Amino acid sequence: MKFDIILAGVGGQGVLSLSAIIASSAMREGLAVKQSEVHGMSQRGGAVLAHLRLADGPIASDLIPRGSAAMILGMEPLESLRYLEYLDRAGAVVSATTPMANIADYPPLDQVLAAIRSLPRAYLVEAEALARQAGSARASNMVMVGAASPLLPVALSTLEHFVETAFAAKGAKVVETNLRALHAGRAAAAVIP
Amino acid sequence: MGERVLLGDEAVALAAVHAGLTAAYGYPGTPSTEILEYLIRHREQHGSPRAQWCANEKTAYEAALGVSFAGRRALVTMKHVGLNVAADPFMNSALVAITGGLVLAVADDPGMHSSQNEQDSRLFADFARVACFEPATHQEAYDMTLEAFDVSERFEIPVMVRLVTRLAHSRGIVRTGDGRGENPSDKRGQAASWILLPANARRRWRALIERQRDIREYTAGSRFNTVEGGPAKRFGVITTGLARNYLLENLADLPERPALLHVGAYPYPAEAIRAFVAPLARVLLLEEGYPYIERALRGIVPPAALEIQGRESGEVPPDGELNPDIVRAALGLPLRQGVTLEGLTLPNRPPQLCAGCPHGDSLHAITSALASIPGAVVTADIGCSTLGALPPYNAVETCVCMGASIGMAKGAADAGVRPVVAVIGDSTFLHSGITPLMDAVKDGTPMTLVILDNKTVAMTGGQPTILSSSELVTLVHGLGVPPGHLHVIEAHPRRASENTETLRRAVGHPGLSVVIAVRECVETVKRGKREKPSAAAGEVRP
Ligand code: SF4
Repeated sequence: MKFDIILAGVGGQGVLSLSAIIASSAMREGLAVKQSEVHGMSQRGGAVLAHLRLADGPIASDLIPRGSAAMILGMEPLESLRYLEYLDRAGAVVSATTPMANIADYPPLDQVLAAIRSLPRAYLVEAEALARQAGSARASNMVMVGAASPLLPVALSTLEHFVETAFAAKGAKVVETNLRALHAGRAAAAVIP
Repeated sequence: MGERVLLGDEAVALAAVHAGLTAAYGYPGTPSTEILEYLIRHREQHGSPRAQWCANEKTAYEAALGVSFAGRRALVTMKHVGLNVAADPFMNSALVAITGGLVLAVADDPGMHSSQNEQDSRLFADFARVACFEPATHQEAYDMTLEAFDVSERFEIPVMVRLVTRLAHSRGIVRTGDGRGENPSDKRGQAASWILLPANARRRWRALIERQRDIREYTAGSRFNTVEGGPAKRFGVITTGLARNYLLENLADLPERPALLHVGAYPYPAEAIRAFVAPLARVLLLEEGYPYIERALRGIVPPAALEIQGRESGEVPPDGELNPDIVRAALGLPLRQGVTLEGLTLPNRPPQLCAGCPHGDSLHAITSALASIPGAVVTADIGCSTLGALPPYNAVETCVCMGASIGMAKGAADAGVRPVVAVIGDSTFLHSGITPLMDAVKDGTPMTLVILDNKTVAMTGGQPTILSSSELVTLVHGLGVPPGHLHVIEAHPRRASENTETLRRAVGHPGLSVVIAVRECVETVKRGKREKPSAAAGEVRP
C-alpha cells in the first residue's frame, strides 16, 4: 500500500500542521512516513506545498512523482488546483472553499470552485464555517483532516486519539472543539456527491 | 536507543549531541536553520551542549574552531552562501591540526527555493581538500554526522556534512544510538600547527596534501559509497546524495536493472568509479547539485568507448534540483500523466510582506520621499526586506548578498548616482553591514542608509538578533555617523507623513545619513516571542 498526499495552501494557513496531524496518526498505525515541507521565503504569504507519503514499506523519494498522488488536500481553493499534475487520475481533491485573495489577479471565486467541481473526484468543504460552528475558526485544519479521513489509510479512532493527546495540555474544551471539528469535516465529506 | 521522527536538519543535530558535542554555533539561513534551533531547544531542556546564534557565519566558524583547538567537539551550521562568508576560516582550518572533532553542517539549496544561487558545497570541500559526507536519507544524516566527528579527529581536518533542502526539510524516521560523552578539555601544546605563519603554513599545507592519500583510502572503503555491478551490464547509473532516492523510485519500471554506484562520502572513490565504468557502454550521472563527478569523468580527454550522460549533455537539466520525474525522464521512461485543468489560468502567488509588516511602512516612506526625484537608486539586501522588490512596492533595484546594499550604494554614489538609498534589515546589518558602513563614514559618502529594525531575524522564523534596538543605535553612532544625520523613526502607518519627511531630509543631505526605522516584526509579536517595542522615535542628537 502507498498513499501520497499533496498538501497545498498559502503561507500562514497551517499546511504543515495539517500534514503533521496525518503523518503522526499514520505512524501510530505502523506506516512508514516521509514528509517534505517548505520553510523560508514562500512561507511569507506565498503558495505553500508539502508532500506527504504514507506506505506499508520503505519510501525512497521525499518528493511525490507526478501523476501518483492519491489526494490533494487544499486549505485554499485556488491552491488546490495548482498541483493537479501530481494527482493520479483516480485521485481525489479535498479542498476548503474560503479563498485567500491576497493577490490582485485572483480569479472570480465561482470559477475556481467550478473548476474544482469539474474534477472527477472533488470534495469541497466549508472548513471555516464548520470550524466556527465547532467552536473555533482555528480548527479549520481539523475539519479538513476530518473531510479527508474517509479516504485516508488511517482509522478515525487513530485520528481521534491524536486529537485527544495532542491537545490534552490545552484543556478539555480545546480537545472537544477539535473533536467536533474532526467529525464535522467527516460528515461534510460524506454528504458531498 | 530509539526511533524518532526528525527533520534531516534535526537528525544532524541529534547525532552531534550523541557524538559528544561541546558547542554548536551558526547563523540562521534556510534550509540550515533547524539544526541549531534543535540544539538550542535541547540545551534549554538539558543544560548542554552550548548552542548559540552568532553575528555571522565567519564568527560562528571561528568560535567552533576555538572549541576544537581546546580539544573538544564542535559543530558549525550555515546555508551554502553562508560558507562564502566563512570561507576564510574554513579554508585555513584545513591546514591546522584539528584536535577536537570539527564538523561543518552546510545546507545547499539547489533550485534556489530561498537563496540567491545554487552553489554546490561539495566543491568547497574539494577546494579545502577536506572530507565531505552527503546523506541521502534521514538515517544517513544521523550516521554520517556521528562518523564525521571521528573522521575529523582521525585525519585532523574539519569535515563537512552537506545537506540539501529536500532532506533538511523532510521528516523521516531515524534509529538512534546511545551517544558518548564530551571530550575532556585538552589543548595539546602543538601551537606551531595552529600558527599559520608562512613557514608553518607551508609545512601544514604539505602535510594536508600528503594526508589526501589516507583520506581517499578511507572514503574508498566507506560503507556510504556502494557498488552494485555485474559483469554483463552495459548500462550503469552513478548517483550522489538524494539522487539515489529518485532513482530507486523509478528502478522497478526499467526493463533491466542497471549497474549502480552511489557516492555518499568524498573525496569520491575514483578507483571504484574507474572499475565501475570499465565494462559499461553508457553511464548516467545523477547528482543533486553541480555535475561534479560528471565533469571529472568527462575530463578534458573523454573516455572513447563510454557514452556519458548527465547535466552537461542534456539528459538531465543543467540547473535546478532533481526530482523523481526529472530522473524518470533521464532514464528514458515515459512520464506518468496527472490531471490537467481546463479553462482556468492560475495566477502565481509569490511571497509577500505579511499584512501589517513594518517594512511596508518603511518602503512606503522611501518610495514617497524619492517619488519626485528622477534617477534615484535604492539598493537592497537579504531577508524579508528583499520582498520590497516585488509588487506592490517595486521599490528596490539590487539584492545580491548579505550587506551588499551598503557597499553597492557607496560604489554607486562614487560613480556619480544621486541620490542613493541602501535598505537593509537589522540582522543583515549586524551580519555584514557594519564594515561597509565604516567605509562610507570614513569617506563621507553622499548616501542614505535605512536600517529596518524589526528586532528579529524574520525570514528564517524569528531568531533573536545579536543586538537590541538601543544597542544598534549606539553602535551606528559609535561608527561615527555624523551627529544630526542619524534618525530613528517608528515604522508605523500613523507616522507615515512625518517618516516621509524625515526620509526626504535625510536623502536631501549632501553627505552620509542613516535612518533606523523601528518596529517589531508582526510575526514575532504574534508569537509573543519578544518584549514590546520601545516607543523610541525621533532624532538622536548625540
Ligand atoms: S516575517 Fe516579519 S519582517 Fe518578515 S514580512 Fe512578515 S512581518 Fe515583515
